[in-house]
Amino acid sequence: MSAVLAEAAEPRDATAPAALLEAIGLGRRFRGLAAVDNVSIDVRVGEVHAVIGTNGAGKSTLINMLSGELAPSAGTVRFGGDDVTRWSQPRRARSGLGRSYQRTTIFAEFSVLENCRLTAQASEPRPWRIWERAANDARGIAVATRALAAAGLDGDAGRIASTLSHGAKRQLEIAMCLATAPRALLLDEPLAGMGAEETGRMLALLASLKPTHAILLVEHDMDAVFKVADRITVMVNGQVIASDVPERIRNDVAVREAYLGDGH
Amino acid sequence: MASDAALVDAHAEVGALPDIGRREAGGWLVPAAAAVALAALPLVVSPYAQDLIVRIAIYAIFALSLELLVGATGLVSLGHAAFLGIGAYVTVLASGDSGASLALLVPLAMGGAAAYAIVVGALILRTRGVYFIMVTLAFAQMAYFVVHDTKAGGGSDGIFLYAKPTLAIGAQTLLDLGQRLPLYYTVLVMLVLTYAFIALLLGSRFGHALAGIRVNEQRMRAAGFSTTPYKLAAFVVAGALAGLAGLLLAVKDGAVNPELLSWHESGAVLLMLIFGGIGSLRGAVLGAVAFTLLKELFQSEALLGSLASHWQLTLGLTIIAFVAALPRGLIGLGARVRDLARGRAAGASP
Repeated sequence: MSAVLAEAAEPRDATAPAALLEAIGLGRRFRGLAAVDNVSIDVRVGEVHAVIGTNGAGKSTLINMLSGELAPSAGTVRFGGDDVTRWSQPRRARSGLGRSYQRTTIFAEFSVLENCRLTAQASEPRPWRIWERAANDARGIAVATRALAAAGLDGDAGRIASTLSHGAKRQLEIAMCLATAPRALLLDEPLAGMGAEETGRMLALLASLKPTHAILLVEHDMDAVFKVADRITVMVNGQVIASDVPERIRNDVAVREAYLGDGH
Repeated sequence: MASDAALVDAHAEVGALPDIGRREAGGWLVPAAAAVALAALPLVVSPYAQDLIVRIAIYAIFALSLELLVGATGLVSLGHAAFLGIGAYVTVLASGDSGASLALLVPLAMGGAAAYAIVVGALILRTRGVYFIMVTLAFAQMAYFVVHDTKAGGGSDGIFLYAKPTLAIGAQTLLDLGQRLPLYYTVLVMLVLTYAFIALLLGSRFGHALAGIRVNEQRMRAAGFSTTPYKLAAFVVAGALAGLAGLLLAVKDGAVNPELLSWHESGAVLLMLIFGGIGSLRGAVLGAVAFTLLKELFQSEALLGSLASHWQLTLGLTIIAFVAALPRGLIGLGARVRDLARGRAAGASP
C-alpha cells in the first residue's frame, strides 16, 4: 500500500494537462461515521478515471459531493480552476459538470426527444418568454438531436421514454447529460443491469466521449473498468487505498487483498 | 374522510400522469365552443341559473389556479383557500363604503394574494410530499385565524361589500358589477383569460420545466435548473389567480367571511381537481362544474327533503364512488368507457 501511495505522489509529467475536476482532502461524516475520509482525486479531459470499491466504500457519497448534491464536511472541490465547494448542484451543472445516476432517472412519461430538449433548456432557460412554445424550441431540439445521435438513439426520438429497453434508458440518461454540453461527466454505474451487447455499446460511447470530456466512472463491472479506464482509484471504507494505471492496480497486493480477490 | 382518501390517491397519482402539454381531443375548439355557448346562455336561462353559472365559473378559475400547482408542478397544496380569501377580503376592504374601480381592485386582490404566496412559498417550497401538504395547511390556518380573530375583517361574522365595483372612463360607467349581466360576462371573460393564460404557460419552456420538476426534480437540478425559483413562480402565479377568484366571489356574494379561508374550502377545490381529472385544464373546469352542481343537488331540500341537511355525507359518498369508478376523473370518462367496451369485447370472444 505504501509503495502505491508513494508512486501516486510522484510529480506528474509536466506536459500533462491540468485537472479539470479536482477534489482535495474531501471528507463527509454521517453521525460520526466517516463515509468518505480525506479523499483526493482528479480527472483530466481526455481520460476515464474509474473509481472502484465494495458497496459502502463511499463511491456514491464521493460522486454526490463532486456533483454538489451533498455538502462535504471537509475538503475542497475545484472545477475548471474555480473553487466550487460552496456552489449548488444546478450552478455546477450549468458550468459544465454533468452526472448520471445509478438508478435510471429519466422523465419516463416524456418523449425521448423531450427528455434531452428539457435538459438542454437548462443552459438557456429564458422562462419568462411564455409566449414562445417549448415544442418549437429550435435550439433545444437541435442540441437534443445531436445528443441522441451521439448516444446512438437517433431512431427513438419520438418514443415515450418509459417504453425503451433498460439499456436504451441508460443510453438516454447519458444523452440527457450530453445535451447540457458538459465538460466533465460523473457516471454512477452506467453499466448496471446491462447485457453484454449493451455493455459493449456503452463502452464504445464512453470511448467516443473521452477525447473531449473528463470522465469519472464509478462501476462494478471490473472487466469493463480495466478495458476503458486510464486510471483507477480504489476505495475501501471511505478511504483511497490505491490510485494508479490499470496494470499496476491489477498487481497491487493491497488492492487484491481488500477488493479484487486473488482469483481475479 | 372522503377528502382524506382522495388526497392520498391524488398524491400517488401526481408523479405518474401523462404529459400535461399533450394535445387533447379537439384542441382549442372544445374550450372555445364552450365559451361561446356560455356567452349565449343568458339569452335562454333563468336568473337563478345565471347565478349558478357565475358561481361555477368562479370556482373553475379557483380550480385552474390550483391545477397549475397540483397537476402541472406536482405540488399538492391543502391551503389554497388562503389566497382565495385574501383576494376576497382585499376586495371588500379596498372598496370601503363608496366602492372602487375594478381597474384598482384586480391588481390589489391579485397582488395581495401574490404577496402572501411569496412569503409562504419562500418558507415552505423546500419541503416535499406530505410535509408540503401539511405546511400549506398550517399557513392557510394561520391566515384563517388572523382573519377570524381580528376586528379589521369583521371577525367571525365577516363584512359586507356595500358598493360593488365598477369600471369607468371619466364619467362614463362601462361596467357595473352590481348588475347581473355585466357580472356574468366579466366572470366569463376572466375564466377565458385564466384558462388561456395557464394553457400558454404550460406550453412554454417555463411550463415544460414545471413538468420536469413534477416528474423528477432531482434530475432537473442535475441538468442545471435551480428548481426553487420555478416552483416559487408557479406558487405565486397560482396564488394571484386564486386571489382573482376571491375578488369575483366577494363581488358575487356581496360579503366575505372567514370560512372562505378555511381548510374546507381548500379541500373542496382539491376535490374538484380529483373529480375532474388532475393533469388537465379541462378536467379542472369539469370538476368545478360537477362538484358545484352536485353540491347544489344534495343541498336541495325541494329534491331530497330532510336528507339535504346531510349533504356533506351524500356528496362525499358520491365523490368516493366516482373516483373509484373513474380513477382519472371525469376527463378520463371516454377512455374508461372505451377500455370497458374493449374488455367486454375481448371477454366475449375468447
